[in-house]
Formats: sequence, C-alpha cells, structure tokens
Amino acid sequence: MKLTLHVWRQRSSQDSGRMVRYELADVNPDMSFLEMLDVLNEQLLSKGEEPVAFDHDCREGICGSCGFVINGVAHGPQRGTTVCQLHMRHYHDGDELYLEPWRAAAFPVVKDLVVDRGALDRIIAAGGFISVQTGAAPDGNAIPVPKGNADMAMDAAQCIGCGACVAACPNASASLFTAAKVSHLNLLPQGQPEKADRVLKMVVQANEELFGSCTNIGECTSVCPKGIPLEMIARMNRDYLSAALVRR
Amino acid sequence: MTATVPANARSSLASFYDSVIGKKVVMAVTGLILFGFVVVHMLGNLQIYLGPQAINRYAELLRVSPGLLWGARLVLLGAVGLHILTALQLAKRKMDARPQGYQKYTPTTSSYASRTMLWSGPILAAFIVYHLLHLTVGSVHGDFREMQVYHNVVSGFRVIPVSIAYIVAMAALGIHMHHGVWSLFQSLGVAHPRYTPLLKKFAAAAAVVVVAGNISIPVSVMLGILK
Repeated sequence: MKLTLHVWRQRSSQDSGRMVRYELADVNPDMSFLEMLDVLNEQLLSKGEEPVAFDHDCREGICGSCGFVINGVAHGPQRGTTVCQLHMRHYHDGDELYLEPWRAAAFPVVKDLVVDRGALDRIIAAGGFISVQTGAAPDGNAIPVPKGNADMAMDAAQCIGCGACVAACPNASASLFTAAKVSHLNLLPQGQPEKADRVLKMVVQANEELFGSCTNIGECTSVCPKGIPLEMIARMNRDYLSAALVRR
Repeated sequence: MTATVPANARSSLASFYDSVIGKKVVMAVTGLILFGFVVVHMLGNLQIYLGPQAINRYAELLRVSPGLLWGARLVLLGAVGLHILTALQLAKRKMDARPQGYQKYTPTTSSYASRTMLWSGPILAAFIVYHLLHLTVGSVHGDFREMQVYHNVVSGFRVIPVSIAYIVAMAALGIHMHHGVWSLFQSLGVAHPRYTPLLKKFAAAAAVVVVAGNISIPVSVMLGILK
C-alpha cells in the first residue's frame, strides 16, 4: 500500500522544526508501524538524508520507550497498545498520516519524534519508592495483602511511563502517570510508612515540572496502552487531600 | 530516615492552593456551592407558575432579613469569584504546560461539555452580570418595578432578544453542569466503578432538569402562557 507521511522534523532542541512530507510506496500491511518507519529511514539513508529519529526499545509494548502522536491520537488509533504494537494492516492504501512528538512544556523535543521524558523520572525519584530493610530475603506472604488491593496495585503498576497520557491531555497533565505511581505503592502495606510524604512530594514535583491540571475528561485513560483507569486520579486526589489537610 | 514534609511541600494552605490538585479542589467546592444555588434558584423560579402573589411573596421572604440575604449573597459572590479566579489560573497553567500545540489533535473519548468548560464558563459569567442588572438591579430592564417580580419577569421576557439570550445562557449552563457536576466529585477524590457512572447520569439529569425548568419561563412568556 502507498502512504503519505507528514513527519515532524526537528534537528535539535534549538531548531524550530517543521512538518516534512514523505511518500512511501509498497508498505507491507504485516509491518509494525515502527518497521514502516525503519523502511522510510533506509530510503532516507540511501538518499543521503538524515533518518527520522524516534524512541524504541523492546518493540513488544512493555518498555514504554516508543510513542508519538499519529493523526492527533497518542500511540495511534488502536486502543491499549503502544505504537510498536500497531500494525500497518489498520491503514488503507492512500492514507495520509501526521506524525508528531508528544507536546508538553515538560517534554522538550530532543530530535524529530524523540522527547525528553526526564520529568517523569524526577516525579518517580521524588517519592515513587519504598524504604526496606536490606539483608536476608523476607518470608514470602509474611505481610498479608487484601486481594482487592493487590489487584488494584497491579493495575496501577502496569504503567510503563510512556507519556501518552500527558500527550493526549489538553492540559498536558501528568495526573494519570503520577496517580498510577502513587496508587501502586499507596495501596500496599509496604507503601504505608511513606504514604503521605509520597503523594505530597510527587504532586509537588509534577507541579514543578510544569505539567497541567486534570479536568477529568478521560483522554489519558483512552490512549493509555495499559488502560490505567481515571479512578486512579481520584485516588491520588484523595491521598493528597488527606496528606495536605489532615496530616499532623 | 524520618518521614518529614520536604521544604518544597509546606503543609500550609498556600502550598495546597499552589498545587494543581488544590486548585481543582477549590473549583470543586465552589462548583458544588454554585450547583446547589442553581437548583434552589430554579425551584424558586418555578413558583412563577403559581401566580404573581406566590412569586412576589417568595421574593419578600428572601429579603426578610438583610443579614441573611447579604450573608447568602457574600457566600455566592465568594464562590463565583474564587471559581473564576482559579479557573483563570488553571487556564494560564494549561497554556504554559503546552506552549506548542499539535497540528492535528483528535479527541477519542472526551465529551464536548468537558472540552468546552473554558467557553461555557465565560458565557455564564457574562450572563450572571447581565441577569443581575436585568432582574435584580433592573438597570437594563425597560420597565422595572421594585419588588414586583412577576411583572418584571413577564415584561422582561416579552422582549424576544432578551429571552433568546437567556435561553442561550441556559444551554451553556446545561453544558457546564453536564461535566462539572460529576467531575467535581472526581476532583474531590470520590470515584468508584459502581458510583461514578451513577454520578455521571445524575449530572446529566440535573443539567436537563435545571435548564428545562429555567428555559420554560421565557418560553411560556413568549407563548403567552404567562402574562
């Protein structure tokens, strides 16, 4: 199939960037989206042009490296998948695709479709951890965890930190990411000692990274490759409220 | 290691309001107050169907104690003021958070109402000013008579453009409530797969009831049912 691509090209963070149009003939419908870009890049290289830079690592939808906006939707049209798991069979001959990097003040473009997501790492560093005794391995099941909490913590822990929630949010808010990381630990007994500190520090860090506020519109959940529910944000708000107002 | 509040997370009200969650809590609480007001206001308005005496007596009842009247007005004014001020700060935050937008942006799931809160809100703010000048102060009303509510409403709505303006404003109110009335619970941390869908239905129903109740009055005047 034949595709027309409009790809954001930006040489560096200093460059202002622009959309560049590419025609791609003979796209195999069995290719993944990233393989299609590999083909484009081979053609660009053979012409002596700079290939399109994009992040990728595992290419099996679990690492959180890849991701960009395709025709206005983060990770493209298929729900519950990262862009590496999107296949060209979902497109038709003659389709026009617009590829843009995640857009947020907190995610400066490094090059083309690659953005710096260090802001998410700094939110994790602010409180996304637990303090444990090192030494001998503890007994398994020594700390009972209610099944419901364990399930919900696992749902939250599925977040791979790809940043699609920020990209899809009209407010460029990192609420879904922060909420998943806060809830993942705050739901478990091991996370209790630092529960209040964690939510305060991570919310403050998200604030300082210049992410926007949540307007509960649900675009984040919709594009999240792991389907983290909006309820996690309410859970974070609840923890934040009690930490900020009730805590002694 | 002791768990202490870091220097950058002062547990004061100021740092609470600094955070985007704190601001959303302010939006939610003031929004809840305003939601309660529009419901009571609509119920009060409907007394116009009981005739001039009923609605005029209701107006007198509301003014029976100046302290109570101005107390309620101050609460409402404070709620509106904080709601608008915080909305402006959040709107600025939104612009700062994404200085460069997308060439193509396609919403996948969000409702029209949820994406247009920053449009329906200012329409309502302008309407509140006009509405107060029209039916409370009377300065933009052609035939305003002090404490004669029935007369003021009926003669006011006989002016077709005025009625249309009220109906448009009520449509904006409905759209604003459709998202705001359930979203405020989410901001306050109330969400559950069992109850959130019910809250969304409640918000939609409340929006329809309040808007229909209010719009019925200019429509009734224009159709000659109220005269």
